[in-house]
Amino acid sequence: MSATDRTRRAGGRRAAVALLAAGLLLGTAACGGGSSGDGARNGATGGAKGKVTLTFWDWDPHMDKVVAKWNAGHPGIQVRLSNPAGGDQLVAKMITAHEAKNGPDIAKVEYQSLPALVSKGVVRDITRYTKDTVADFDRATLGSTTFEGKVYGVPQDVAPLMFFYRADLFQRYGLTVPTTWDQFAATAAAVRAKAPASYLTNFDAADPGWFTGLAQQAGANWWSADGDSWKVDIDGAPTRKVAAYWQDQVGRGAVAKNPSFSPQWNKQMNDGTLLAWISGAWAPAQLGGIAPATKGKWAVAPLPAWTAGDTTTGIWGGSATTVTSDSHHPAEAAQFASWLNTDDAAVTEQVKQINVYPAATGGRSLPILQAAPAFFPNEPDFYAKVKQVAPSARSFPMWGPDVTVTFTGYSDSFGKALQSGGSFTDALTGMQSAAVADLKKLGFTVG
Amino acid sequence: MAATTVRARGTSRFPYLLVLPAVLLFAGFVAAPGGYALVLSFQRRKVNGGLLGGGTHTVFAGLANYRDVLGDSALWSGVVRMLALGAITVPGTVLLALLFAVLLDLEGARLRRPARLARLTIFLPYAVPGVIASLMWGFLYLPATSPIGGDHVDFFGRVAVYFSVGNVVVWGAVGFNMIVIHTALRALPPELHESARLDGASEWQIVLRIKVPLVMPAVVMCTLFSVLAALQVFNEPNTLKPLSNALSSTWVPLMDIYDEAFGNSDIHSAAATSVVLAAAALAVSFATARLVQSRIPQEAE
Repeated sequence: MSATDRTRRAGGRRAAVALLAAGLLLGTAACGGGSSGDGARNGATGGAKGKVTLTFWDWDPHMDKVVAKWNAGHPGIQVRLSNPAGGDQLVAKMITAHEAKNGPDIAKVEYQSLPALVSKGVVRDITRYTKDTVADFDRATLGSTTFEGKVYGVPQDVAPLMFFYRADLFQRYGLTVPTTWDQFAATAAAVRAKAPASYLTNFDAADPGWFTGLAQQAGANWWSADGDSWKVDIDGAPTRKVAAYWQDQVGRGAVAKNPSFSPQWNKQMNDGTLLAWISGAWAPAQLGGIAPATKGKWAVAPLPAWTAGDTTTGIWGGSATTVTSDSHHPAEAAQFASWLNTDDAAVTEQVKQINVYPAATGGRSLPILQAAPAFFPNEPDFYAKVKQVAPSARSFPMWGPDVTVTFTGYSDSFGKALQSGGSFTDALTGMQSAAVADLKKLGFTVG
Repeated sequence: MAATTVRARGTSRFPYLLVLPAVLLFAGFVAAPGGYALVLSFQRRKVNGGLLGGGTHTVFAGLANYRDVLGDSALWSGVVRMLALGAITVPGTVLLALLFAVLLDLEGARLRRPARLARLTIFLPYAVPGVIASLMWGFLYLPATSPIGGDHVDFFGRVAVYFSVGNVVVWGAVGFNMIVIHTALRALPPELHESARLDGASEWQIVLRIKVPLVMPAVVMCTLFSVLAALQVFNEPNTLKPLSNALSSTWVPLMDIYDEAFGNSDIHSAAATSVVLAAAALAVSFATARLVQSRIPQEAE
């Protein structure tokens, strides 16, 4: 999940919690069906005289500045930005708004949520509006928004999984940057020996995004399509390999086991208790908030490999701009989505304001990417390093339509395994059966 | 005679008018959503077909959702955890509230400034929203930020986590309950303890034999409120969840429902679970109310 707006999302959840606390048991379920009032500002009203107003749901900070650029240049198609929620919360909102037929025209959707929204009929097939746009993306990137030959969104950013480490502390303890997972294990042990209070990194059971990326790197295909039926392979050999590796690290006490994005973790990242973070290319934008005292102390390297020399990595996060099936102006909405993610000025503004690593091939050669991210002034070639690994970042052939169940299953079962010393591979088995059961319940064919 | 009849008829319509707002509010905000949840609980969402589903439609599911609820082991583990937590929070809240109320009502403490200050201090946490309280306590519990020994004690250990969560609940609830009991104590006629004192009863005996039995109705009401709160516990564990590996998304039943409805967008399962839990909660509170009501008269006598 794009951590770009984790804080926002947490805020949204807190608000939801407060709301929920006010209700009784029955109210809890009932309000889910009707709580789509936020969609009231819907932009489906085209208005007279050919002027079209579109609503755009997006949770990127500073997106308003990018939208203002569009509005200035397109008086006939005005985009109204609104930020009702972020990430998974926005997905839930989109589904309820679709039920009430008052959704937005355009919405930001994380790649892993897209198939679920397609299956519920919330986002629209925009193939015929994006015939020219698709040429701006490489096949792997486009694969995240194209299913069965139909385009359901314009990719916004990609986030290959990389290895972020504290260059200053690596130097102080005389550590070398690991290039393979064997070396990573040795480095983790060396950290424990040289600085007993510190850890190389933590195994995070709360956020499934990074673990999914590691599974992708190892070659896992959690979901794949076989004709009209789904193949689910969460507890297959590649993922088991990853799980066993980390179980071993945790068992030895070589890595910490508290969740990321918690106050505890922020402090550990800030005071140097944790020396490294396996994260997406969006990390520089996040670290400023997580560990403000560490500006200029981080460096980036490719993710350690299973076999030396293999450059394959996974993906953590990334989103697409989608057009909803409720929009009355799909052509104009698709035009905006294409502009947002392929126009040089728009993409430059997004890199500058939101720190995205562009999904569009052309966007990756923009001059703005030659500057270091604000929090990494010591890494002027940061984006060059990202560009180097981006082509070998692999995702699953396709995200399943029941990712939320699988992701919740990850945090619950791995959290439990860490808490009570259970087995990571058993946790995978639990995730697998939960994912299959949910698909079947919804009426999908599982092969 | 005739005049009386007319007046009786006139008054007989008036009470309906008086209860109308309450009835309307109940119908609009309890009965209607409840009925809607009941309808939802008998339905299920199915995809239309093909790999990507191609949209969804709602089908009548009969009792299938209820069968799933009854067979959901995660939910029942959550119920057990909720009961365990309740076994800490209900006695914890009521006994502490009673203790504080009695202490503040002792002869030496009554109406003195320190006592008033203490009463306010104990009441104040009630004014702090549960989510905020949980965040604050979360910081106090976490090893890296804890000023209360979190680096030596694991507040999120397998057993400790119940006391950590329970502590936040009790901390927030005790003040309100204390005020209720304290008010009941203050309302007791002073002749009662004066005469007891003249008869040679010690302060301790006055508390145990006179005051506590007489405020039993207030204590019972506090117990009932605490039981209801325990059945609906959600804020505290849900807010503490991201801080550790100890709390799952189905840790207590309401978290399970929340996750079904808003995480998994499965409003129908959530509705069925809600109906089952609401029925159970209703039965429990009814039974508790009956049980304690049957005992109050005896105790009061």
